[in-house]
Amino acid sequence: MCGIVGLHLKNPDLQPRLGELLTQMLEAMTTRGPDSAGIAVYADRDPAPAGHEADPGPDQPGPPGQELRYSLRSDETIDWDLLAKRIAAETGRDLRVEPLGSDSAVFVSSAAETSFLAAVRRAAPQVTVPGFGRSMVVVKDVGAPAAICARYGIPGWGGYQGIGHTRMATESAVTTAHSHPFAPAADLALVHNGSFSNYATVRGRLARQGIRCDTDNDSEVAARLVAARMAEGADLADGLRTVLKEMDGFFTLLVTTRTQFAVIRDSFACKPAVIAETPDYVAMASEYHALAGLPGITGARVFEPMPEEIHVWSR
Amino acid sequence: MEPVILSCAELSTREINAALAALPDGASARVLEPRGRHNLAVGLSNRVRIDIEGNAGYFIGGLGDGPDVVVHGFTGWSVGENLQAGSVRVEGNASECAGASSRGGTIVIEGDASSRTGISLKGGTILVGGNVGHMSGFMAQAGVMLIGGDAGDALGDSLYEAVIYVAGTIASLGSDARIEELTESDVRAVKALAELGGASFGHVQPENVTRVASARGLYNFDALKDQKY
Amino acid sequence: MDQPQPMNLPMDAHRRSGAFPPEVIAQIQRTATEGHYEIRGWGAKRDLPTFDDLLFLTASLTRYPLEGYREKCDTSTVLGTRYASKPLQLAIPVTIAGMSFGALSATAKVALGRAASAVGTSTTTGDGGMIAEERAASRLLVYQCLPSRYGFNVDDLRQADAIEIVIGQGAKPGGGGLLLGQKVTDRVAGMRTLPAGVDQRSASRHPDWVGPDDLRIKIEELREATRWEKPVYVKFGATRVVNDVKLAVEAGADVVVVDGMQGGTAATQDFFIEHTGIPTLAAVRLAAEALRDIGMEDTVQLIASGGIRTGADVAKALALGADAVSVGVAPLIALGCNSPTYWQDGSDHDASDGYQALGTEAGYCHHCHTGRCPVGVTTQDAGLEARLDADRGARQVTNYLKAMAMETAALARACGKSDVHNLEPNDLVALTVEAAAMAQVPLAGTEWIPGRQDKI
Repeated sequence: MCGIVGLHLKNPDLQPRLGELLTQMLEAMTTRGPDSAGIAVYADRDPAPAGHEADPGPDQPGPPGQELRYSLRSDETIDWDLLAKRIAAETGRDLRVEPLGSDSAVFVSSAAETSFLAAVRRAAPQVTVPGFGRSMVVVKDVGAPAAICARYGIPGWGGYQGIGHTRMATESAVTTAHSHPFAPAADLALVHNGSFSNYATVRGRLARQGIRCDTDNDSEVAARLVAARMAEGADLADGLRTVLKEMDGFFTLLVTTRTQFAVIRDSFACKPAVIAETPDYVAMASEYHALAGLPGITGARVFEPMPEEIHVWSR
Repeated sequence: MEPVILSCAELSTREINAALAALPDGASARVLEPRGRHNLAVGLSNRVRIDIEGNAGYFIGGLGDGPDVVVHGFTGWSVGENLQAGSVRVEGNASECAGASSRGGTIVIEGDASSRTGISLKGGTILVGGNVGHMSGFMAQAGVMLIGGDAGDALGDSLYEAVIYVAGTIASLGSDARIEELTESDVRAVKALAELGGASFGHVQPENVTRVASARGLYNFDALKDQKY
Repeated sequence: MDQPQPMNLPMDAHRRSGAFPPEVIAQIQRTATEGHYEIRGWGAKRDLPTFDDLLFLTASLTRYPLEGYREKCDTSTVLGTRYASKPLQLAIPVTIAGMSFGALSATAKVALGRAASAVGTSTTTGDGGMIAEERAASRLLVYQCLPSRYGFNVDDLRQADAIEIVIGQGAKPGGGGLLLGQKVTDRVAGMRTLPAGVDQRSASRHPDWVGPDDLRIKIEELREATRWEKPVYVKFGATRVVNDVKLAVEAGADVVVVDGMQGGTAATQDFFIEHTGIPTLAAVRLAAEALRDIGMEDTVQLIASGGIRTGADVAKALALGADAVSVGVAPLIALGCNSPTYWQDGSDHDASDGYQALGTEAGYCHHCHTGRCPVGVTTQDAGLEARLDADRGARQVTNYLKAMAMETAALARACGKSDVHNLEPNDLVALTVEAAAMAQVPLAGTEWIPGRQDKI
């Protein structure tokens, strides 16, 4: 049981308002998920260091030397500065800390992705990495969506696109482990409304390819499947086509990369999805009333994606 | 008599519906700023006119037994579900399951409707000026649908005795649905339905619609007939 | 002609195959002849863990019993306290489950209604809508809202005392309703908006909503249409019980109804009945735990159903956490189902011809789907329906329900309870490892609950 929202800005003038608009959409989806929420926000961050080679491509992880932002979260109290020093020492790379809240922080490092993540796992196994990337920051927390947005100051965040998810928890332990978005690769985030019926099989297949899931959540499997395809060189649309082909069930997926914003629905199209498009933005939500407060909504083209059609917007 | 004004910006759904239910026959009301609100004008049985000024959410006019509801915008899922009497008109598009299970009265969607339009139809009348999505008319038991545009895949799957008229193209028919000859009585019926629908149905040529009805092949189980279940 | 010599069969002439016993041989032979799956009534017939595998630890030196009759043991039960302004007040923790007019004869529905009224409990409509006779006979009537919406209308909705949104039932979670053509009479067909004589197929999903997030909005719609007066129940077949209960509660249910795999039906495919859903024993415990997990055990009520037979079953279900149980097959048996005789024109008549014609005998019949019920319970044939006397039937079901309530209270008293709702898991032990694991109570004579490391 959950609600999903997403906003992809075409007009740069709206960028300072991204956080404010996403907050409003997320709060509207509290009715579908009051227990926890997650949000991924993309912003143009510091430019790459001087002397850096040609960009390997928008959807591929950067080589060592490319700064990545790692969103970190701990359910227990932690000294982020101390952890940062330790990780910097282990990876041999400088590390900047951008505070996010008492439970969360963003570590900016030019270490290679695999070595950074391994260092975090060794140094602080209780810390989770909800997401990482050049442009993307991910926040997940428990509680009402409105409280979460207030706690992180999200209404004040700027950026060019963001997706969010509100959740009603069925497991008793209240952690963020099962929250969306699932962000298994740099700048990739996925939120899902619905229920996959064969995810256990797909998870097993991925495991045999060496790809492990952190949770037993069905949505994480889809995120890892998309990430796996894209790591082989596929683009986002192809990754989503693979989900349509291999995964069974009812689903609306909203998936973003550093430059793309995509929505798909399964062939039954039983999970809702509403898209509103104006010259200034594309917005998506599970229910229209989450979009009703967006600027210019009365003139927007409002439509529902057709089953199995992949709708992609690119920067 | 002046219409009663009810604003979603000030009132809860419960307060709005209670106010609408309290109106005497012949009265009218305007519901302002719906902004996607669900469950407006549900379960009403008075003969009143209700104008919803904006885009509304799910189940608008559902379980209705009397009012004429007009939505000046679009609606979410299941508009007019289980309608018994009266009408629901949507000036924009309607989302999935429009008119689900409706047993009487009229539902008019001037724009497009989505998938599963008229699912489980039980005697109501559904008029769509534009297109409908896949699985429309699924298990439609009785009643009539007029589609001014195109129909998506699996139209009329598991159809019983409802009849579906399509002015545009049909992507594919559902199991046990078939195309039948248009009779003069069909043409007269479509003409009347298009008039009832209003201006958005002006393009419908009653002599040129396709009549879809049940082949009645699934009415009794017979595995030896290789039925598709 | 010579007398045939008796043959001496060897001692293992009747060696039974575990994989292909006579029942399975018959099934395969029938499928080969008829070319489709077997459809039948009743619930799962194979041996499964049931409440028989649990025992009560009644009074001892350290636990004192209440005196029967003199010392009151309260059986009253309230359902729907969470949101509804008019919850249902029942005298006993047993309700009559949803069974359609169409599956059942009108006389059967009336008899059940009268009995429920006499005893102070409710009946439930089924997958076909409300008939006036049942509304008149039943003081408390729960109105089902099913995927098919056959016969569902707002006038009957307003006349109901509670609303039960049915996601599925224990006999066939995920499968829709079924009524074969021979029972789709003019009256049944008219109510269901179907041509008479069709084999009724039912949808397996609701037409106007799909998941728990949309169910929340649907429940609001039904409440808006009924002025927030009537309790809303959500019923499902027992599969992923914990998640379903929590989501149903979050969607706004006042009451959750969990129907285990032993739950009955009047017509379902045998493969569904026997191979879907989990036993009621496990389902009740999981549902109660789910409510406790989210702190809702005092706010949302739990009704357990699926093969509940006697007061012992009721007491055990209550001990595992249910607030009430719902019975279907059992009151039909009280009414006359599987009786070797029927009462008509002042005397008992032999019904064996009727059973024989169905290929069975009293005590084994599950042929509700044929509409040829020899005792008039699950038929639409006027001649057969006349074999069921409404008054007599009502008296029999009343007797059964009263006795059930007395049994429940007696067991509760023996456990030292002045209220049947004070029965708790601590009052129970299990006879088998499976039952101990499913009910999460210790194996009798031990402190062991499979799966639990800590001592209880």
